[in-house]
Amino acid sequence: MNLQTLLYIGGRLIKGVIILLIIAVFNFFLIRAAPGDPAKVMAGEAGATDEVFLQQLREQFGLDQPLYYQLWVYISNLLHFDMGMSYRQNIPVFDLIMDRLPATLLLTGTAFLLSIALGVLAGVIASVNYKKWVDSLITILSLIFYATPLFWLAIMASLFFSVYLGWLPGFGMETVGVELSGWDRVIDIALHLVLPATTLGLFFTAVYARMTRTSMIETSRLDFVKTAIAKGMTPSRVTRKHVLRNALLPVITLAGIQAGQLIGGAVLTETVFAWPGIGRLMFEALFQRDYNLLLGVFFISSAMVVLFNLITDVIYCVVDPRIELSK
Amino acid sequence: MNIIKTLSQNKVAMVGFFVLAIFCLIAAFGPLLYDGSPWKMVQRPFLPPFENSNYLLGTDTLGRDVLAGLIYGTRISLLVGLVSTLIALLIGIPLGAYAGYFGGWVDELLMRFTEIFQTVPSFALAIVIVAIFEPSVYSITSAIAIVSWPPVARLVRGEFMSLRSQEYVLAAKLNGQTHRNIIMREILPNSLSPIIVLASLMVATAILLESSLSFLGLGDPEIMSWGYMIGAAKTVVRQAWWLSFIPGLAIALTVLSLNLLGEGLNEALNPKMSGKREN
Repeated sequence: MNLQTLLYIGGRLIKGVIILLIIAVFNFFLIRAAPGDPAKVMAGEAGATDEVFLQQLREQFGLDQPLYYQLWVYISNLLHFDMGMSYRQNIPVFDLIMDRLPATLLLTGTAFLLSIALGVLAGVIASVNYKKWVDSLITILSLIFYATPLFWLAIMASLFFSVYLGWLPGFGMETVGVELSGWDRVIDIALHLVLPATTLGLFFTAVYARMTRTSMIETSRLDFVKTAIAKGMTPSRVTRKHVLRNALLPVITLAGIQAGQLIGGAVLTETVFAWPGIGRLMFEALFQRDYNLLLGVFFISSAMVVLFNLITDVIYCVVDPRIELSK
Repeated sequence: MNIIKTLSQNKVAMVGFFVLAIFCLIAAFGPLLYDGSPWKMVQRPFLPPFENSNYLLGTDTLGRDVLAGLIYGTRISLLVGLVSTLIALLIGIPLGAYAGYFGGWVDELLMRFTEIFQTVPSFALAIVIVAIFEPSVYSITSAIAIVSWPPVARLVRGEFMSLRSQEYVLAAKLNGQTHRNIIMREILPNSLSPIIVLASLMVATAILLESSLSFLGLGDPEIMSWGYMIGAAKTVVRQAWWLSFIPGLAIALTVLSLNLLGEGLNEALNPKMSGKREN
């Protein structure tokens, strides 16, 4: 890695930190913009009636101090990974989130890889069979999945594959009441992962399929492809070596946008499948009006997206040196 | 008129248009013509569809008329989708226009601002906003608008950047026209077609967002919506799958018809760019 690349990555890192700081400030003001006493909002329903508890909260967050001081306390607490307490569960918000984060990373990561693999594959198949029935089928299917609400798809999938056919577990992350270890446990989790990850990834599978198809068809009309065909290269080799490689660029660009969508989608999927991740935690926080926890999950999920974007940026400039580093 | 002709020859887009037109009619006149409240308990709970001719689609867990819920839900879905898209346009178009027209530090500043909103996971942001400001039609519509304007700003910025050095713009500048006039009267009308296409797709996304919010229990408690119906039936899906199935079908059909229409518009308005729609 040369100096330029390092500077570029450093710049991206600073930008990510600034974005997170702005989100933190936004969180801070959101609580205070909410109707009513901020202490009561933070406590949610848990402490709404307990005056001693509310007073304790006001002191802890300096709610009787000037606004700039409160903001300072809030940000410096955040820098120490202190996001306050979940007043419902009486556990620090940060601990609650960290406990749930691995499950979400597993789910969203699988959905991400699955959607890229399936989507690109479907797009390539469609473009190779341009204007034949396979192409139409893939186009119609991706239009349908593009329009179907994620949570509804999740419910229907769990009903069909889990309740009706009984093929796959449709609830939780591991079989309850059975102590499994080693490979048995891995297989058990993998089976539980199939339905949530597929439904979560299906929307982007459709997006990738459509993009890959269009991009493949456009690329295959370019001159260098014609040249390759003219010099007698086999069609499959042209598709793999020339068309696909170039057609994939717009697909990669989309990956960054997908990260945010996946985290949001995880709230819905995890709610339907009772997957023990931060999405479900967000739903529980919502349900119990535990706003401190809610904002904590929001902040951490934003941090995940920033981190993911940073990683994809680094991967780009390693994979495709043509990408401008100055930007 | 050429556009309407091209569009009317596109069969797929026309299917989308007619399905959408039916939903619009239901939204406008359904509640007036169909006698029945979506909240009133009218029959025994869990009445399956097509059993009682008075309640064609059956009843839900509390014995409420599913068809009435569906009809009232159409109204709120389309309304929230339309209004939130309009608000998003009102935020995104000026921001993008200024950034693209003036360039330089204005552009830099406005695009950094846009970038923050693009980075934040939009659905999570919408959840947080609606939860903190209490669920209501207003908070839901605003939240959806707040998370959906960035693509508009980026699109408009791109259009303005490519159009600002066109001869007619330069001529208008030499004429001594104000920036405001050039932006509003010269450039904006010429960049309308991609904005219209994007807007039609945004309505679809907004409807999906609204239904997802009300599915999570963040719907307006006063208003029956499709997402709420699915959310309420989620726990009884084993006994009564149709309670979740029917409203979901309505959402999918509406969104699909909007997407088909949007794509048809895209092909009719920007023949060169057809096929590229992702941001």
